[in-house]
Parts: sequence; C-alpha cells; structure tokens
Amino acid sequence: MMLFHLALKNLIGAGLRTWLNVFVTALSFFMIIFISGMYDGMRKHARQVTIDTEVAGGSYWHPEFDPLDPFTFEDSHGQPPASIQNAIQKQQALPVLVSQASIYPHGRIMPVVMKGIEPSQEIVNLPTHTLLEKTDGLIPVLIGSGMADYTKLKLGDTFMIRWLDVHQSYDADEGIVVHIMETENFKVDMGTIWIPIRKAQTMLSMENEATYVTIAKGVPLLNGTHNWIHRDIDYLMRDMEAMIEADEPGAQIMYVILLALAGMGIFNSQILSIFRRRKEIGTLMAVGMTRSRVVGLFTMEGGMNAFLALIMTIVLGGPFLIYFAIYGIPMPIDYTEMGLIMAKRLMPVYSIALLVSTTLFIAFVVLILSYLPSRRIAKMKPTDAIRGKIT
Amino acid sequence: MLIRASTRLMQSKKRENMSNKNVVEIQNLLKQFPVGGGFFTALKDVNLQFKTGEFSGLVGPSGSGKTTLLNQIGGLDSPTEGSVNVLNMDLVNASHNQRADLRKTKMGFIFQSYNLLPVYTVFENVELPLILNKIESKKRKELVEQAVEWVGLTDKLESRPSQLSGGECQRTAIARAIVHKPALVLADEPTANLDAKNSHQIMKILVNLNQELDTSFIFATHDEKIMEYLKRIIHLDDGQVTQDDIIEKPKMSL
Repeated sequence: MMLFHLALKNLIGAGLRTWLNVFVTALSFFMIIFISGMYDGMRKHARQVTIDTEVAGGSYWHPEFDPLDPFTFEDSHGQPPASIQNAIQKQQALPVLVSQASIYPHGRIMPVVMKGIEPSQEIVNLPTHTLLEKTDGLIPVLIGSGMADYTKLKLGDTFMIRWLDVHQSYDADEGIVVHIMETENFKVDMGTIWIPIRKAQTMLSMENEATYVTIAKGVPLLNGTHNWIHRDIDYLMRDMEAMIEADEPGAQIMYVILLALAGMGIFNSQILSIFRRRKEIGTLMAVGMTRSRVVGLFTMEGGMNAFLALIMTIVLGGPFLIYFAIYGIPMPIDYTEMGLIMAKRLMPVYSIALLVSTTLFIAFVVLILSYLPSRRIAKMKPTDAIRGKIT
Repeated sequence: MLIRASTRLMQSKKRENMSNKNVVEIQNLLKQFPVGGGFFTALKDVNLQFKTGEFSGLVGPSGSGKTTLLNQIGGLDSPTEGSVNVLNMDLVNASHNQRADLRKTKMGFIFQSYNLLPVYTVFENVELPLILNKIESKKRKELVEQAVEWVGLTDKLESRPSQLSGGECQRTAIARAIVHKPALVLADEPTANLDAKNSHQIMKILVNLNQELDTSFIFATHDEKIMEYLKRIIHLDDGQVTQDDIIEKPKMSL
C-alpha cells in the first residue's frame, strides 16, 4: 500500500514526463491492436469470401477431378450418383461442369477454365442469374472484373470460345459478356468464364454430367455417393489455411517487430526516467527505503504506467478502433490481381484473445522494462546514488 | 506553546537518562577504496564516540574523509576494517535491510545539495520518512506541519523544490530529516550552497532542534560559520583524527 501510495504520487508529480511515457505505451498498445486486428480481419474476410463464393458446405468430386491439374478436366466428368442428383433436385446441391477452353478476345488467344453452373442457384454467392439473360443464340458468359480488365472485355462484348468436346473434337461458338462481377475471390475470377450448365453440357456433349457438385451450407453428409469423393469445408479450405499458416511466421515476425518497437520506446523512456532519478533513488535509500522496495516502487510505477496507457488507449484509440471495425479501411489498390483475397474495404477484427494477450504482454513488457533498470540502480552503493554518480 | 513546553520537559528528562549513552561508537575504523591496481585510504585508525544530544562537527579540508566518515556512521557504506556501532546496532554485521531500518526509524540526513524529490511538494517531501515509517495519515499531517513550522516554511507547504530558494530547500531538507524525531541527524555540508544569512538561519534552526528534541547532530563541514555553533569539533586530516575539541561556550548560540 505504501509503495502504491508513493508510486501514484511519483506518477502524478512527474506530470508531463508521466504522460509522455503513458502516451508512448498507449501508442504501442493502439498500433499492436490495430495492425493485428487488420491482419485478423483480412484472414477472416478471406476465409468468409472463399466459403461464400466457392466452398459453401463442401463438395462431391468426380473421382478423376484435380482442380490443380487442368489435364484431368477432360476425364473428370460424369453423372452424379442418385443421392447427389436428389440433392440437386431439392436445390441443396449445385453441379458444376469444368472444362478447358480457349477464348479469343480482340483477336488474342487465351486459355481459360470454362465452368458451367446452374444460373438460378443460390448456393454460392455469384451473380449467376445474369446468365439467364436472352442472348440471341450467343453463349451468355459471366466473368469477373479482374478477368475483364485482363482481357479488355466489356459488358456486351462478343468473343470466340473454342473447346474440346467429349469426342475429342474441337468446336467453337460466339460468347457474349452478360455481366462483369465484382468479386474478391480471385479463384472465381482470374482465368475463369462462367456459362449456364445446360449450355456447357450441350457444347461438351456431356448431358446431365458434372465435374463436382457443391453442397449448400448445413446439408448433412449424403449416403450412396459411390466413387464421388466427399470434400468437406476443411479440405476445401486447406489451400487457404496453408496460405494463412505460411503467412503465420510473417505475422509473428511483424508482431515481434511491433512489440520490439513498442518495447524499445517504453524501455527508452523508462530507462531515461530511472537513470535520471538515481539521485532520488539514493535519497530514498538514505531515508530508509530498502533496495527491494526501491525496485518494487519503480516496477509499480511501470505497472501503473501500463494501466494508464490501457485507459488512454481505450479513451483515445477506442473510438478509432470501433470506427474502423464498423466502417472498415478502404484499400488503396485492388489486390485480387496479385492472387490475394482482400476486401476493397478491410474490416479489422479485434478478438478478445487479441485484446487480452496484447494487454498482458504490454503490461509484462513494461513491468520487466521497469524492473531491470531499477534493479541495477538499486544495486548501486547508496553513497554513489545520492551523488547521482553512474557506476 | 504549552505543547512545546511539555515536549521540552519530557525531553529534558529523557536527556538526563540518556546523557551518558553513546549514540555512535567507532573503533579502529579503516576505509580503503580500490584505485587502479591499489587502494586509497580514506579513513585510518579512527576511534570516536558521540554522546546523546551532542552537536558536533567533523572538520577538515576537502578529501580529509569527513563525508566518508559520515557515510560510515549512516550505514550507507561499509568499513574495510574496524567496528561502527550506531544506536546500539553493529553496522558491520548488520544486513542492508537492518541498516535501512535504522536509518528509517532513528536517523535523519541533510545533504549539501538538499536531495529533495523534485516532483513532490514541500509537504510531500517532509512527509516521506513518515510514510516509510507507516505513520497513519492524520498523525503524518500533524507531524509534517509541526516540522515545517520549526523551519519556518508553513506558507510554502504546496510549493515544489523548483519554486524555492536554496535556503528554503535546505530548510525543507531539515524538516524531512527531523520530522520523525530521529535520535541522530547527519548533515553533510548543509550550508555549502547557501549565503551567510541563510547559513546562520539554518544553523539556528538546527541548534534549536538539538535543544528541543535532544537529537544528536554530526556535521561534516569546512564552513567557519557552522563551526561557530558546534560544541565539539573533530579535526580530520588525511583520513585520521588529528584533534578533538570540546567547546564549552560556542561563539554562536541561541
């Protein structure tokens, strides 16, 4: 209680020096929470977008299908088993037929993945209903904005599509861009064209066939799916998780750098403060304070500094953190072309774990950084400390 | 006035009982500091006793060992050889905490450069030893006001050291040294930074406190003005006691 009393008196008495220390610590608090929150928000958003636009409740794959190997596409198609067909009938599942194709926008050849999808589906968040538009015999094509930029295609543009059908014959027809979708999932955008599945089945001579069937969220596992392979959400998110995991050391390094910067700031101000006060420490010893109490006093001042910094972060930084969490932060450039799933407005996520761990860590860092120099000074001979001499 | 008179009566009785007791006993004290590959002898063959209520001074040129001896008595430093017994505590064998406890409860320090805590007000600086001694808040206030009144700083209670003159700072330091009514006050060059007028004021306060509280004072000084008030002058030269004079009638007294 006595140490608390003195520490409080010292902090209040130090005035501007205290508030500078507190401000530096609060700034560290804010930056760590803000940047970590942005990072978490980015990852959460990427996961959510992938599930909404691509993964839904999982998939059943044709046994030959390997999304990473386009050469498997010509063999990976077939009629889904009855139980999956049944789910499709009930609109609980969405068949997608995948094939390789070439397009010729503005006379240039470009290999693409052509995906046939049910236009009236509501299982994945893609504007496929636009494929229902009347096109006077042209193939209605839905593309993403990234693809449109890359191919210089605009809404209403027509272009040649060439494909290899099930009989190994090449065929070609004219397609028309019926919609350019804005999506943050580059995997449904770059290098992909979406057409109605019936049209795709006819073009490829694969009536009622599909490459994979996406299941709506919440649909239980289907029985009797024969050799069609069930891929659950975890499996389908593996790439994303692996990317996040690969990014984890980067995030940790950034976290450590932030903490180190914060720590250096705190250490700097603490050590400056404590070394400037060595005469005071000597005086405290002369009037009868023991070494352990001197160390305790300065460590407690550090703890109070951290507490005040927390309050300052809440009061001054809190409104900013809340504002960003509600309205997001506009991103300066479109990252989808770089193969990143990133929102146009990034919404930071401040988890309880982040807030608690940051608070505890900063408090710990401040306490340690207060304890170490004061311990060293308290070990000085009181006679040297009184004179303000450094030994 | 009544309170002061009764305090004086009680303390004069106490003085009678304790007048023959030694507050400090130093025997064969040797203090050496490592310098380069060898040692510098700061104190040698020092044998001294200080009695309760003495108003004495260690006098000598710079480097004669005055401050070193004062630090030994205050338990702020340890001797190389010999024994230092202060207020019945053998400082050579006492732990850091025991020495700190002795300083806290029974000793007061006055420094040449005041050593006031800059962020504290006069009241808070004077209050510090009482907080360390865990005196309750109401009693603390009473004792601080009393101490501040002794040194004539009642109107400066809320001032910070930076707002005070040198003399006022030293008076604050004196109030801090005597607020818990210690048995022994050690003063290291208390008037070195003060002009003649302030020096005399300070010394008068200290003489008054010596008489009122029966506190023993040991000064380290080479200031002639201080010497005029001392009742015992111990001369040091090259770390050795060269002369020990009892002054029956100091030139200056109250």
